[in-house]
Amino acid sequence: MSNSVPLTLAEARDALKARKISSKELTSALVQGIAQSRGLNAFVTETPERALAMAAASDARLAKGEGGALEGLPLAIKDLFCTKGVKTTAGSRILGNFVPPYESTVTQNLWNAGAVMLGKTNLDEFAMGSSNETSAAGPVFNPWRAKNSNANLVPGGSSGGSAAAVAGDLCLAATGTDTGGSIRQPAAVTGIVGIKPTYGRCSRFGIVAFASSLDQAGPMTKTVRDAAILLGSMASVDPKDSTSMDVPVPDYEKQMEGGIKGLRVGIPKEYRIDGVPADIGGLWDKGAAWLKAQGAQIVEVSLPHTKYALPTYYIVAPAECSSNLARYDGVRFGHRTSGSVHDITELYEKSRAEGFGAEVQRRILIGTYVLSAGYYDAYYARAQKLRTLIKRDFDKAFESCDVLLTPTTPGPAFGVGEKTSDPVSMYLNDVFTVTVNLAGLPGLSVPAGLTENGLPLGLQLIGKAFDEGTVLRAGLAIEQAAQFQHKPANWWRAA
Amino acid sequence: MSVDKDTVRRIARLARLAVPEARLEPLAGELNGIFQWVEMLNEVNVDGVPAMTSVVAQKLKWRKDEVTDGGVADALMQNAPEREDTFFVVPKVVE
Repeated sequence: MSNSVPLTLAEARDALKARKISSKELTSALVQGIAQSRGLNAFVTETPERALAMAAASDARLAKGEGGALEGLPLAIKDLFCTKGVKTTAGSRILGNFVPPYESTVTQNLWNAGAVMLGKTNLDEFAMGSSNETSAAGPVFNPWRAKNSNANLVPGGSSGGSAAAVAGDLCLAATGTDTGGSIRQPAAVTGIVGIKPTYGRCSRFGIVAFASSLDQAGPMTKTVRDAAILLGSMASVDPKDSTSMDVPVPDYEKQMEGGIKGLRVGIPKEYRIDGVPADIGGLWDKGAAWLKAQGAQIVEVSLPHTKYALPTYYIVAPAECSSNLARYDGVRFGHRTSGSVHDITELYEKSRAEGFGAEVQRRILIGTYVLSAGYYDAYYARAQKLRTLIKRDFDKAFESCDVLLTPTTPGPAFGVGEKTSDPVSMYLNDVFTVTVNLAGLPGLSVPAGLTENGLPLGLQLIGKAFDEGTVLRAGLAIEQAAQFQHKPANWWRAA
Repeated sequence: MSVDKDTVRRIARLARLAVPEARLEPLAGELNGIFQWVEMLNEVNVDGVPAMTSVVAQKLKWRKDEVTDGGVADALMQNAPEREDTFFVVPKVVE
């Protein structure tokens, strides 16, 4: 088997079940492919021995006609999920050599279903970023480059390593997490599929916390079908996460079938914003036409508070981050300053200043400020009220439609270093995705076309709470119409 | 509302982050850029709007108040930067 494995999760699953290939063959090819692709910096930690041992165990189960839904399928795991006995960094120096003594519920669900772990993927530090440039492990490069250019582009963020690994065929699929767009935005700019499920669909237990009321895990895959397969195994109610919902996990692969005849697709007019390139608006119109041609009914809807979503997010998320990240104290685990300290406060202050990068420190300071005495009502309380208004906009829109269609990002992948000096311009990458987190809804990005420069763009489908099935069904319709078969030129593999 | 150098020093102290004197002024500039941008939230009338407490309608689950886990001191201590037996070592806290 060649070291480039263009198989989808569904194709590999069927080939394994039919005993046409073994998990060991599949896994060894990917392990070698990863080792040859270190130039992308997609992985923080590779776990080849563990991968091959898991593959051998899967082959033994498959030989007996046994095995779970993901038996023998090699996956990459965002390094925000705690994995028992395997170093977990969250892309930060502050975690030092932290080796979790426990497993996150989502990854445990995957291993229970028979999946194989290839390694842990790079990410923006604590998942804070839209370009994967804030990682302590260095930036990830997008497998895609613009036509006639050798310039490195960012893979989006924060799940940039997972996105690059899927787009570059270094794994069959990967896990991501999404707090403001961190699955959908990198998926869009690397030409892959990514879904952030409804808040409460996947357990957050064992995922390094950023903003607890917004964080959700989800799959990053090559196709919509693969997203349906992987989400079915990731989702569960969990006694260890009181916000995980006790609702049955449907068979998403079945739910996405049946076509979209009669489906009412809403087009939110406020998503036509100034300064967005013509390619994006053109692709959006095309997406609506594709759905209409398959029998959907297109309706214009209004989400009047859209423009307030990003500033609302940049109060709520830093506030929650400043509380969550208070746990890093240099005492119980993670980095501790080796400098001389006079008292415990200085130990905290120095360890944290050395361990956290610039963007994380900025957000901790914002969060501390907006939660501090005298400012709470002006900032945090007001932002939480805005959040109610944003959620109501969606409730209202869903009275006249079943799913919303929007662009995923305001532009394609940009250059490394291009936006790092201006935080607000970086934040604007999430303008179309962040509303979905604030309202807790499911959102799916599907690759839908290329810019004139040959870079991928995605379209986003937003659904009602716990209606991932409809989102996937509409996503499948976009996928079938778009026929996005493009692959990045393979410039990064060492011989 | 504008953040000055002294405010940054104060919140850095609250956040337990050692910020060098030379970084206070530039940080104040960066934070002001962000706060000026979020000012737009003041345009919206939020009178009578309840603050969001839970994004999906659900009641917090209850369970019996009983021990379900524990006795894992060794596992907990594995990642300690400095330890003695099952104690975390820190600088002297009480004189």
